[in-house]
Amino acid sequence: MARDMSDKEILKMELDQLKKEVSTPRTPVSANCTDTIAFVEGLLPNDPLIKGVPDDKNPYKGDKGGCIIT
Amino acid sequence: MWPVWSQTNQTSNRLCSCFLKMACQGLQKGETLATLKKECESLKKKLEEDRGKLNDVELHQVAEKVEVVGALSIKTRRVLKGHTNKVLCMDWCKDKRRLVSSSQDGKVIVWDGFTLNKEHGMSMPTTWVMACAYAPSGCAVACGGLDNKCSVIPLSLDSNENCAAKKKTVAMHTNYISGCTFTNSDMQLLSCSGDGTSALWDVESGQLLQSFHGHTSDILSLDLAPSETGNTFVTGGCDKKANVWDMRSGQNIQSFECHESDINCVKYYPSGDAFASASDDATCRFFDLRADREVAVFQKDSIVFGASTVDFSLSGRLLFAGYNDYTINVWDVLKGTRISMMFGHENRVSRVRLSPDGTALCSASWDNTLRVSRSFPHE
Repeated sequence: MARDMSDKEILKMELDQLKKEVSTPRTPVSANCTDTIAFVEGLLPNDPLIKGVPDDKNPYKGDKGGCIIT
Repeated sequence: MWPVWSQTNQTSNRLCSCFLKMACQGLQKGETLATLKKECESLKKKLEEDRGKLNDVELHQVAEKVEVVGALSIKTRRVLKGHTNKVLCMDWCKDKRRLVSSSQDGKVIVWDGFTLNKEHGMSMPTTWVMACAYAPSGCAVACGGLDNKCSVIPLSLDSNENCAAKKKTVAMHTNYISGCTFTNSDMQLLSCSGDGTSALWDVESGQLLQSFHGHTSDILSLDLAPSETGNTFVTGGCDKKANVWDMRSGQNIQSFECHESDINCVKYYPSGDAFASASDDATCRFFDLRADREVAVFQKDSIVFGASTVDFSLSGRLLFAGYNDYTINVWDVLKGTRISMMFGHENRVSRVRLSPDGTALCSASWDNTLRVSRSFPHE
C-alpha cells in the first residue's frame, strides 16, 4: 500500500488526484448553507432529542440498570 | 531518444540499453521528484483559490437569524455493563432496540437496549476488536480488529448455539481493521484498515469487489452515504485527510485536508450533502460536499483533548462528539456553538451513535461500559 510506495510514486498519485479535484464542479457556499438550514428547520420539530418524547412513548422509562447522574 | 545500437549482438544490446535506461532514470528521478512536488504545490494552491472563490462565508454566518436551540434535557437511561475491557465500537440494529458492541477484551456482545439482556456473546481469536456493525436484516453482525480480518457472524435464534462457530471471514487486509459497515444489504461489506486502503467485499463468496487507494497512512474511520444519495462513502485517517469515494468506480472523488492531526471519525450528514469529522487536533469540522469545502469548525479554547467520534441528531441540528477527556460535547451545527455537555463516562468516549429513529444516543467508552441516553419529556 502507500507505505510500500516510493516518494515519487506517492507524489504522482497525489498529482493525479489533484488534477481531478481541480476540475470538480462546485456551488457557492451561501447557497448550500441555506439549503442545509432549510433541511434542518424542516426536520427540527420531529427531532426527538431536541423536542423530547412524552413519557408514555418512552421505552426507557424507569431507571433500569442504574442511572448515574453527575 | 535512446542511442542507436548495432544489431550484431541483440542480447548484450538489450542488457546495455537496460542499464543505460536505469542510469538515466536515476538522473530523471531527481529532476522529476522536484518538478512533481512543484506541480503538486501549484495545483493545491489553485484548488484552494477555486474553493475560496465561491463566497468565503461560514455556515454560522448564514445561520445568524436561525432561532437558538433551547436547553437540552438528555439523560442517561441505561448503562450496559459486561465488557471487561475498553469498549471500542458499537452499532445499532435497525429495530432501534438491539445493539452490538466490541471490545479490547476480545468479545462481541449483542444487547437488548431496553432490558439490558445480553442476547449473544462471542469471543474473537484476538483482543482489540476495533470495529463492529449490525447487518441491515438484523440477522448477523460483522466485526474485526487486530486479526486484520473482518468476519460476519450470523446470529442464531437459539441462545444455546455457539454463534462464533459460524463465523465467516469476509475481508482480509494487511493491517488492523479500523471500521466496517454493511452496505444496503447483508450481501456486501465495506471495510477500512490500518493498511491505508478500504475495500468492498461480497459476503457470500468473500470476493473482493473493489478496492480504494489514496490514503497515505492508516484509515481510522469510514461512513456510508445515506442510501437515498447514491453510492459513495467517506473515510478519514492518520494522513489528516477525509476522502469521498465512488463505490462503483473505486475513484476518490473529493478530498479534504483541513485537520491538523489524525482524523478519528467521519460521519455523513442526514441529507447526504455534507459530513463531519472528529480529530486528535481537538476540533470537529463540517464539510459541504456541493461547495467542496469546510464550512464550520467546532472548537473551543477550553477543549484540548482529541475528539474521537461524532454523530448527528435526526434533524442534523445537533452534533454529538465524544472526546478523550471523557465527555460528550453537543454542538449546534448551524451556529457553531456548544449547546451542552454530557458527563458520566469514566474514561475516553470511543463511539457515539444515534439510534435509527433518532430517539436515543448510545455512547461506548474505555471505561468498559456503554450508555444509552435520551431526552426526558418537556412540556
